[in-house]
Amino acid sequence: MIITKQKPIDDILKYLEKANKVFIVGCTQCATVCKTGGEEEVKKMKEFLESKGKKVIAAEVWDTPCNLLEVKKRARDRKNELETSETLLLMSCGDGAHTVVIGTGMPVVPGNDTLFLGQSERTGRFNEVCALCGDCTLFITGGYCPNALCPKGLQNGPCGGVKDGKCEVSPDIDCGWLLIYNRLKDTGNLDNMKKVLPPKDHSKSIRPRKVVVDATKKRI
Amino acid sequence: MTLKEKIKNKKFIITSEIGPPKGIDVKTILEEARLLKGRVDAVNVTDSQSAVMRLGSLAVSRLLKEEGVEPVYQLTCRDRNRIALQSDALSAAVLGIENILVLTGDHPSRGDHPEAKPVFDLDSVQLIETLRKLESGKDLSGKELKGVPKFCVGAVVNPGADPVEPELIKFEKKLKAGAEFFQTQGVYDVKTFAKFIDKVKQYNTCIIAGIILIKSPDMARFMNKNVAGIFIPDSLIKEVEGAADKQDKAFEIAARTITGLKGLAQGVHLMSLGWNKLVPRILDAAGL
Ligand code: SF4
Ligand code: SF4
Repeated sequence: MIITKQKPIDDILKYLEKANKVFIVGCTQCATVCKTGGEEEVKKMKEFLESKGKKVIAAEVWDTPCNLLEVKKRARDRKNELETSETLLLMSCGDGAHTVVIGTGMPVVPGNDTLFLGQSERTGRFNEVCALCGDCTLFITGGYCPNALCPKGLQNGPCGGVKDGKCEVSPDIDCGWLLIYNRLKDTGNLDNMKKVLPPKDHSKSIRPRKVVVDATKKRI
Repeated sequence: MTLKEKIKNKKFIITSEIGPPKGIDVKTILEEARLLKGRVDAVNVTDSQSAVMRLGSLAVSRLLKEEGVEPVYQLTCRDRNRIALQSDALSAAVLGIENILVLTGDHPSRGDHPEAKPVFDLDSVQLIETLRKLESGKDLSGKELKGVPKFCVGAVVNPGADPVEPELIKFEKKLKAGAEFFQTQGVYDVKTFAKFIDKVKQYNTCIIAGIILIKSPDMARFMNKNVAGIFIPDSLIKEVEGAADKQDKAFEIAARTITGLKGLAQGVHLMSLGWNKLVPRILDAAGL
């Protein structure tokens, strides 16, 4: 899931300085779970903007604003409202924001900061456990990713900064490499840690990344 | 004899450390270097230590060489990608600097430019392998080099790491990657160090034990709390507290520790934390 956090409301107001007629779009998926773009948040945002003298033309929660075909369909449905609006306020992730820009051709203001690909531990608690490196080595590191769990992304074991099991960067962060070590030890795979991992192939993650799935190609 | 020759011939090694200034006024550190000359085998030059931006360790290493002091150029993975790391290593070679100590480096968030982008493209194990690759006449991507460098590659190990097993696994990897010598985090307890030596004896490599002076009881407590793998026993802190002359006591403890380490380590690395002028006195006291 994509983890987002609402931007400070003053920042959002500043971005909307020149726009009076606003169309708010939320997202039924990740942003709903993150409480940054569900029904409740979109409604609250509408009320807030109206209290600041803005005209909210529409306030809707779209299903997957990150899906271009969906967005185009919606844009056709809401042609009139979109034409009346000066800007869109996107309460989704950056992917949703971009897709809605493309699908509607409207100016856009992001309401959220897009943070990371995260696991939902329980309501309102999200953890980054994969850094989208494009070259997964979890089979060696026991399912715990050093790219995501170690702030230095080290590949071959802990640095000298680990103290009482915590990372040098913050006592709030468990040392990712100690997690990996314990995991490998518990599962009898400590040998994995003894292998020297080569430097990461960052050419696999050159931006912008693109995937085209050939439906005619046989997989497996 | 060069550091490399001393390592090979199993001679006792004394190294010390200099931190480049923040700025370009090198007068003080060159004075320090002159005082260390002849008393130590080599002097480490730290690389923006604690992620605090300073004059470059490569430039200062070269200045030390011109003073007739053998430098150990510290190179961290923190700020450079593999292109810059290899390029800097070649620059070191062309400037006549043979010794490179490879370090991961502290995370930028710990230093004075916490907004900086961390790099860590290679880790310390991979950087050691990379330096060895350069020595084979090829770069990391397998391209032929024009003129081949020769290095004496060192790394660090922390005998006080807790738990010690992951540290030992990494130590073994560094060794396999081609580290020729190891400098350690500060050692205060000879018995713990002896246990560590027992575990690594089988590898028959050069371990140079770190010595950090206890400048004050507060500093000792601060280090115990904040520096990973450092354990200064209470008895030592009390000893400093009760001493009439704190500086004398710091020397006495350092000299005593060095004496205790003589049969265990192949050398000592003095990290004087700004007291470099006093290093010759510690060495005298330890009979070195
Ligand atoms: S190695 Fe880590 S960052 Fe890369 S894909 Fe796997 S989990 Fe994600
Ligand atoms: S302390 Fe652990 S998690 Fe933190 S940077 Fe070092 S190895 Fe990575």
